Amino acid sequence: MHRARLLAAAGLLALGVSACSKDTPSTPGHEAAVTASDTACTLAQAELSAGVIKFSVQNTGAKITEFYVFQGDKAVGEVENISPQTTRSLSVELAAGTYQGVCKPGMVGDGIKTTFTVSGSAAALSSDEKLAFAVTNYKEYVQSQANLLAPKTKEFTDAVRAGDVARAKSLYPVARSYYEAIEPVAESFGDLDPAIDARDGDVDPGTEWTGFHVLEQHLWVSGDISKDKALADKLDADVAKLVSLVKTVELKPLEIANGAKELLDEVATSKITGEEDRYSHTDLWDFAANVAGVKAAVDALRPALTARDAALMSDVDAKYAVLEDLLGKQKVGDGYKLYTALTPAETKGLADSISGLAEPISKVAAAISAAAPTPSR
Amino acid sequence: MERRRVLGLAGAGAAGLVAAGAIGAAVRGSAGGDDLSGVAGAVDFYGEHQAGIITPAQDRLHVVALDVTTSDRAALARLLKDWTAAAARLTAGRDAGPVGAVNGVAQAPPDDTGEALGLPPSQLTLTIGFGASLFRDASGRDRFGLADRMPAALAPLPAFKGEALRPEISGGDILVQACANDPQVAVHAVRNLVRIGFGVVSVRWSQLGYGRTSSTSRAQQTPRNLLGFKDGTANLKAEDADLLRSSLWVQSGDGPSWMDGGAYLVTRKIRMMIETWDRTSLGEQEQIIGRTKGSGAPIGQTAEFDEPNFAATGGDGAPLIDADSHVRLAHPDYNNGARLLRRGYNFTDGSDGFGRLDAGLFFMAYQRDPHRQFVPVQRQLAGKDLLNEYIRHVSSGLFACPPGVRGPEDYWGRALVTP
Repeated sequence: MHRARLLAAAGLLALGVSACSKDTPSTPGHEAAVTASDTACTLAQAELSAGVIKFSVQNTGAKITEFYVFQGDKAVGEVENISPQTTRSLSVELAAGTYQGVCKPGMVGDGIKTTFTVSGSAAALSSDEKLAFAVTNYKEYVQSQANLLAPKTKEFTDAVRAGDVARAKSLYPVARSYYEAIEPVAESFGDLDPAIDARDGDVDPGTEWTGFHVLEQHLWVSGDISKDKALADKLDADVAKLVSLVKTVELKPLEIANGAKELLDEVATSKITGEEDRYSHTDLWDFAANVAGVKAAVDALRPALTARDAALMSDVDAKYAVLEDLLGKQKVGDGYKLYTALTPAETKGLADSISGLAEPISKVAAAISAAAPTPSR
Repeated sequence: MERRRVLGLAGAGAAGLVAAGAIGAAVRGSAGGDDLSGVAGAVDFYGEHQAGIITPAQDRLHVVALDVTTSDRAALARLLKDWTAAAARLTAGRDAGPVGAVNGVAQAPPDDTGEALGLPPSQLTLTIGFGASLFRDASGRDRFGLADRMPAALAPLPAFKGEALRPEISGGDILVQACANDPQVAVHAVRNLVRIGFGVVSVRWSQLGYGRTSSTSRAQQTPRNLLGFKDGTANLKAEDADLLRSSLWVQSGDGPSWMDGGAYLVTRKIRMMIETWDRTSLGEQEQIIGRTKGSGAPIGQTAEFDEPNFAATGGDGAPLIDADSHVRLAHPDYNNGARLLRRGYNFTDGSDGFGRLDAGLFFMAYQRDPHRQFVPVQRQLAGKDLLNEYIRHVSSGLFACPPGVRGPEDYWGRALVTP
């Protein structure tokens, strides 16, 4: 349960259009299929035409993977957290040149590289197109997370219903991370956020405490989930409602920028203090998911922001790199260290890096809403 | 929006009013000009030496120590530039950034936090210093390639007997001292500088102080510390030109030239055992300090500024001023003539868990070479001072405060960080 609901404007809910992204202003471009296994990274075509290219990355391996597009040593686009046997897309605007596609199975190491060339020329995206691109791109991200939230939550609630405390505990932070990644969007649907994510003390008098955190309390404090079947069912139902609403969501570029700031606010106010997951201490999972959500928003806005304020864009990138590095040091296997295992110096370092990133992020909304510079093409 | 415009004081630059002249303020050249000097109630930011050292001590303090979190020297230099620009504005009573607290676009967070809108400059001074850890960090690393520019005078202070230093409130790569006659103005300045620094520096500790415990000018009354005594009677003062040269300002040839015209600042947070002190008899209190509590005169003399007579004895043949009294142990005559420019403040951080005042003196002293001035004095005091029963040093810091910023093209520490 959280504070500001900048996204909550009614305009957010689409005007009854439920069939997702097909109807949104699409950006010109073409698709390129990428097959990412645990040992190979294959591009269907090694030569592509300039313009917006939508990489459709299919993870055929057993490890979670990432896909990057590099030009030299500069990443021009990336898509993270591609689960095994799923497909996610990455749209980037590429001019003629030589690029490398990099798959990173297990999300560690230098990854597996494949070189491709882009030739020809395409009119650069107009200012409006860049913003439409941002919206399309971020919606793809939000929906990809929402689509995983339901099955991952069900794995968790199945364990609760089966009375398997150990399994439920191990799945709790995993399921939550898909929620945390898109939290500002999820919060825009009125009562659903408190129903799914309220913490003890956040619940209005006369309202039943439901969602992740009451199950967290039962799992970690009493260890008794024998009477929690109804809570598990309700969580599934609320998540299903959320997923269907997310499909209808319409976003504005400004809301994407403000959403990124809100995600960092979440980290700064409740994750870095260990308040969010006060029984399980899995706050860093939520932290990482919030930060991944920021990254997705920033990547979506990248073309538009670069055109308007390249210095701000590179400041955001530099500060993000610092945070990502620090967070990476707290990784344990597929997850993260418990909050209680962090030293005060580590907590302070993370807090500093959040502040460092949040300052430039707080300027993105104004940069995006400023009139675009005259294109110099 | 400019704070002084809110006040309607010196709308001078903007509206072309001549009224500003009447209150003694210089008129800015134009509304958008860079001339930040001469505002009523403002202390000049630019000059040979940094303001906030011999500036008549203001009533309030907010001092912050920060650690640099990057090892990118260019990023450090950029921050020093940004800070200097903001400091010049803030000390002139203007907003921290060029847009201001309320004039920006609705979608952007304001570049000033706004709580000083409507407040006058309040003699705000901002003074910067660099700690030894900027030159070599705790693990000995020379992060910025500056190690060969570290002055010998910045070598760490030795351990003193009886101190109970807490590392988390000691030291720091950079210190910024904000002094003003309005606490909100001082806190506003620190808050905005910290904000500008996010991502490059991290706050290590900060301290609020009130009720200056020293006078740095003969025009000022000697104030009292929380022991109830006048403090800093024998302080170096702005009017003592020769003494300032010999004891305060770093002179050419003392060390690396980037410090010429600067000074070294020692900070010590000194917790006072207030409640036990208050139960001590007046006679014993005066014996411990070596001065009378009322006038501040040395024992055996009649007026505050009378020279103490350490040779005078009472009827029993014992010295009138105890050999282990604070005034005698700290006196220049017993410290090779060492003098300090003290600029401390009282602090009260609420109460401790035992219902006692968590209070004392935030000692700050500027000097030419701490190892020849503060260190020998403190060594004497730590060994023998009768006052030690009632005080405990809980933090320590030593900072090299560079010379003043010469003008809008110059910035804090430029000679240090420029290759």
